[in-house]
Amino acid sequence: MSYWNPVEVMPVPELKALQLKQLKMLVYKLYTFSPFYRQKMKEAGVTPEDIQELDDVRKLPFMTKKDLRDGYPDKLFLASPREVVRYHASSGTTGKPTIVGYTQNDIENWSESVARGLVSAGVGTDDVLQVCYTYGLFSGGLGLHYGAEKVGAAVVPASTGNTERQIDLVRDLDVTVIAATPSYLLHMGEVAAKMGVDIRKDTKLRLGILGAEPWSERMRDRIFERLGIKAIDIYGTSELSGPLWCECSEQNGIHVWGDITLVEVLDPETDEPVPPGGKGELVVTMLLKEALPIVRYRTGDITTVSEEVCACGRTHPRIGRIQGRVDDMIIIRGINVFPSQVEYSLMQHPEVGNEFQIVVDRKGALDSLLVKVELRPEAFGDRVFELDAIKDRLTHKLRDALNVGVSVEIVEPGSLPRFEGKAKRVVDRRVF
Amino acid sequence: MSENDKYRIKQLSIFSENRPNRLGAVAKVLKEGKINILGFSIAEGAGYGVIRVLVDRPDIARDLLIKDGFVVKFTEVLAIQMQDTPGGLFDLTDQMKDINIEYGYGYRNPPYAVLIVRVEEIEQGISSLLAGGLRLLDNVTFH
Repeated sequence: MSYWNPVEVMPVPELKALQLKQLKMLVYKLYTFSPFYRQKMKEAGVTPEDIQELDDVRKLPFMTKKDLRDGYPDKLFLASPREVVRYHASSGTTGKPTIVGYTQNDIENWSESVARGLVSAGVGTDDVLQVCYTYGLFSGGLGLHYGAEKVGAAVVPASTGNTERQIDLVRDLDVTVIAATPSYLLHMGEVAAKMGVDIRKDTKLRLGILGAEPWSERMRDRIFERLGIKAIDIYGTSELSGPLWCECSEQNGIHVWGDITLVEVLDPETDEPVPPGGKGELVVTMLLKEALPIVRYRTGDITTVSEEVCACGRTHPRIGRIQGRVDDMIIIRGINVFPSQVEYSLMQHPEVGNEFQIVVDRKGALDSLLVKVELRPEAFGDRVFELDAIKDRLTHKLRDALNVGVSVEIVEPGSLPRFEGKAKRVVDRRVF
Repeated sequence: MSENDKYRIKQLSIFSENRPNRLGAVAKVLKEGKINILGFSIAEGAGYGVIRVLVDRPDIARDLLIKDGFVVKFTEVLAIQMQDTPGGLFDLTDQMKDINIEYGYGYRNPPYAVLIVRVEEIEQGISSLLAGGLRLLDNVTFH
């Protein structure tokens, strides 16, 4: 077994000592230099001296998506603008995106994380890796790109779209590894079959680095059966940098690099750590991030954590497959969609009411998003073209706000379900 | 009030989403209210439709439909009498060249036939149709 960095097999006690040292430095730095964090720590009644052991991380206040939203665009940044070398943006819960800045060291640590993961999954200098995640404000494309280049693989930055050309590239450039959403990979398989390309025989694809959307062991099996591709689960979110951690070739949990990150899995009701093997919310502290520090960030993702040493020999903690969400966020084609974003967009259109329903479905291998809204009686005026225009406006507005293809259905007022208390806006018909 | 206002006919326009038997639901309300349907058409949009109906008692029909949760609007349309013989429509269109018609539908009502139209400028439409020698039905014919 080869490692990218010897730290991956550091004995657990040493790793924990390193984490504690990093955590103490982080807290000291934030308390001293960040008005935002100092204020938060004061409110929580905690000072750097209170961090004496790793479990003391639990004394620190949580960060949520709301903190990032309220800090738009860069109020939470610790680094000065001249130290920032890159920005990405992720979908916000309302109108504004969440901006994530990176210093040179942030890019380096991010790439290092991805590089270690890729090597653990069996990627090396002989590989050709095609990145089918979007390049741009979304952190998926560039995150994989930098990690793969770091390990010396040849990168094909195909981004998303134009599936026929993607398949031509896979075949003609002898691509061995593909990074994509699992549903897009299955879709590629279907398109390839129509083009007369047999992924097993006509290409050298052997490994898929798959994530950015919920999937399952069943899909893993299907991908292997249909395409002969070994599927590796990868995890990350823009707030934490982007794609960060993936399974090793054992395919038994996602290695989280403890020297860079401290993870907790907490019961979302009590905020107490779950018992070993139990499910809870993934809460992440990025020990080295400089531009946008992340302390006890509530990802909203439900998973498990294991501290047992992996069969591959790596000593760092492993998280399980993401099993759901604490909130009502949905992930579609790698993009996070919050019902609150839909609500926010609809509020700006008086032609429709405030009730809405989001229907997510899977047609073939790809996901579709449908938003149903109720027409306001005052907006109806006998003409069909006026209704079509309302529908077009809403479709464009939602597409812009969500960054994902969406169709709109205008329904009669009162026809959508009403809720007492917390509304259940999402109907997810997908089977993972 | 203009003399020509009597030619304005109240049509019910009902928004209908694409769900099974929405038409049945409309028809049921009208039946239970003992409302008679005199003219009728359905326009299709992208995932929804507009049901347009001429009835004998439009105000009552509208209230009943709204009570049942429908989105209903009154739209003013014109009813033009046609000869119920070959060429009946053609004779009309010749007089309607300068009028912008949004939509129309027809029905047969022996001994003549009727063309219902929504025109862009109703006041102007009435004057010019009358000037062209066409016969418009008075709204008392319907309501």
